[in-house]
Amino acid sequence: MKSGSNLERVLAAGHFAVTAELGPPMSADAADVIKKAQMLKGCADAFNITDNQTAVVRMSSIAAAVLIQREGLEPVMQMVCRDRNRIAIQSDILGAAALGIKNCLCIAGDHQSFGSAGRLKGHPGSKNVYDVDSIQLCAILKGLRDDGVFQGGDPCADPPKMFIGAAWTPMGEPLEIRPRRLAKKARAGADFIQTQGIYDIKAFARAMEAVRNLGAHEQTAILAGIIVPKSAMMLKYMNSSVAGVTVPDEMIKRMTAAGNAAKKEAEARGEDEKAAKRARSRAQQAEGVKIAIELVQQCREIEGVRGVHVQAIEWERKVPEIVKGAGLLPRPDVR
Amino acid sequence: MIVAEQKPIGQVLDMIEPFEKILVAGCATCVTVCSTGGEKEVGILASALRLACAARGLKKSFDEITLTRQCDPEFIEPIKEFASQHDAVVSMACGVGVHFMAEHLPPMPVFPAVNTVFIGANPELGVWVERCAMCGDCILDKTGGICPIAGCAKTMLNGPCGGSNEGMCEVDPETPGAWARIVERMKQLGTLDKLDEIQPPKDWSTSRDGGPRKMIREDLKL
Repeated sequence: MKSGSNLERVLAAGHFAVTAELGPPMSADAADVIKKAQMLKGCADAFNITDNQTAVVRMSSIAAAVLIQREGLEPVMQMVCRDRNRIAIQSDILGAAALGIKNCLCIAGDHQSFGSAGRLKGHPGSKNVYDVDSIQLCAILKGLRDDGVFQGGDPCADPPKMFIGAAWTPMGEPLEIRPRRLAKKARAGADFIQTQGIYDIKAFARAMEAVRNLGAHEQTAILAGIIVPKSAMMLKYMNSSVAGVTVPDEMIKRMTAAGNAAKKEAEARGEDEKAAKRARSRAQQAEGVKIAIELVQQCREIEGVRGVHVQAIEWERKVPEIVKGAGLLPRPDVR
Repeated sequence: MIVAEQKPIGQVLDMIEPFEKILVAGCATCVTVCSTGGEKEVGILASALRLACAARGLKKSFDEITLTRQCDPEFIEPIKEFASQHDAVVSMACGVGVHFMAEHLPPMPVFPAVNTVFIGANPELGVWVERCAMCGDCILDKTGGICPIAGCAKTMLNGPCGGSNEGMCEVDPETPGAWARIVERMKQLGTLDKLDEIQPPKDWSTSRDGGPRKMIREDLKL
């Protein structure tokens, strides 16, 4: 075992792995993290704690990871290259390992300008770091773990044993470079991969075929990313505005139709406009859960996919229902 | 060339507020080529400052001069005496010019009238683009002649992040992603395989991170 993490053991035992995402709060409120942890407990093998995602200041990934660990959940700490240089990164990795964290997802991180893209002000004027990129970060963690050597060449006496993760955007452009870049990440040290949200199964299957041709699916465990859709509007937004995410038209139509049918029924019952809209929203949410379950099952059929990473953004309570619906509960006990 | 853009005139007026006799100094090299701080722009800025001061009832005078290069003591030397007849200099050169004027003129305030923005080129009229980040250790041989340090918002060295949309960078949808261009170019050159090599972390000590940089050529020293 490289790290002995639960996620590593689940994958090593040949199980189809499940990870889920937990976003820390924009506050120092431990109770918020603990509440989400209790909601999610038992429904996945490990739980990703995002690292200031979308460049918005949130409770640190390491701290929130320790909080969920106390609740009996295994964290996947995230580490973005945006905010730390190689000194801070390695220092935090040592600290995280000392606190019992065994999984680390290495990602470049959203650009700091993203923090102000929505309703928030963020910190668009901040200086970014990007001293190393995500592939170099994987290699640094591997060098520390396997060779006990810091990036600069000094020895590390008691090296941190991390199960190393990385991200993959199969539908990101330029498309032809994506499978090769995944293989590169695997060579650099990524033990597992969590993909960007998959909606277009056919396109994902084609990307996986290219990955299999490179043999990369045997060097790293690929977990397909499932972002639970909440509404037709969200799907449209993801399709048009999130780089590397494509949503088939039929899926958007299906979501829209589910909502419209429910709205019409409510109107036929004589409910007012507000109530009818609520009915539409509820129906789309229910359809979104169904879609997520189907996506999990479809990804599972693709050769080389070793698990799923379920993200229900600020909707964590839906994850257990989806994992159960996909027939992936209870999670294996590999202690 | 060094590309610069003019500061808002209000900022310049704030800088010169305590002074009466002002010398507006242009530079005939890079800032002239990028139409920011050459002789023509010196004339325009000096006129604008005169009008603004007159409108506010401020008694100030503005002289104009344009040096061949403000980054060269040879060209500063001949204007020393003329400059010293003023209370302050407003330099329209890049930051290097502002520094050199301050270093070589008799002690007097030298203010920047432009922001030095990047090292770049002028692909079409009215447009300037950054092409070199002066990292001090060129890697263009590895990336098809397109720089991911100057061209990528995340200075990715091992390929594109997940954020490009139809070749455009998600940070600015008007800007082509450096990595989309690198991949396209290396495909044309038939060298895409080179991107499979893992590039190790860069040594940034040759960049600004190593502190102020200096180049010494012993063979050229007197």
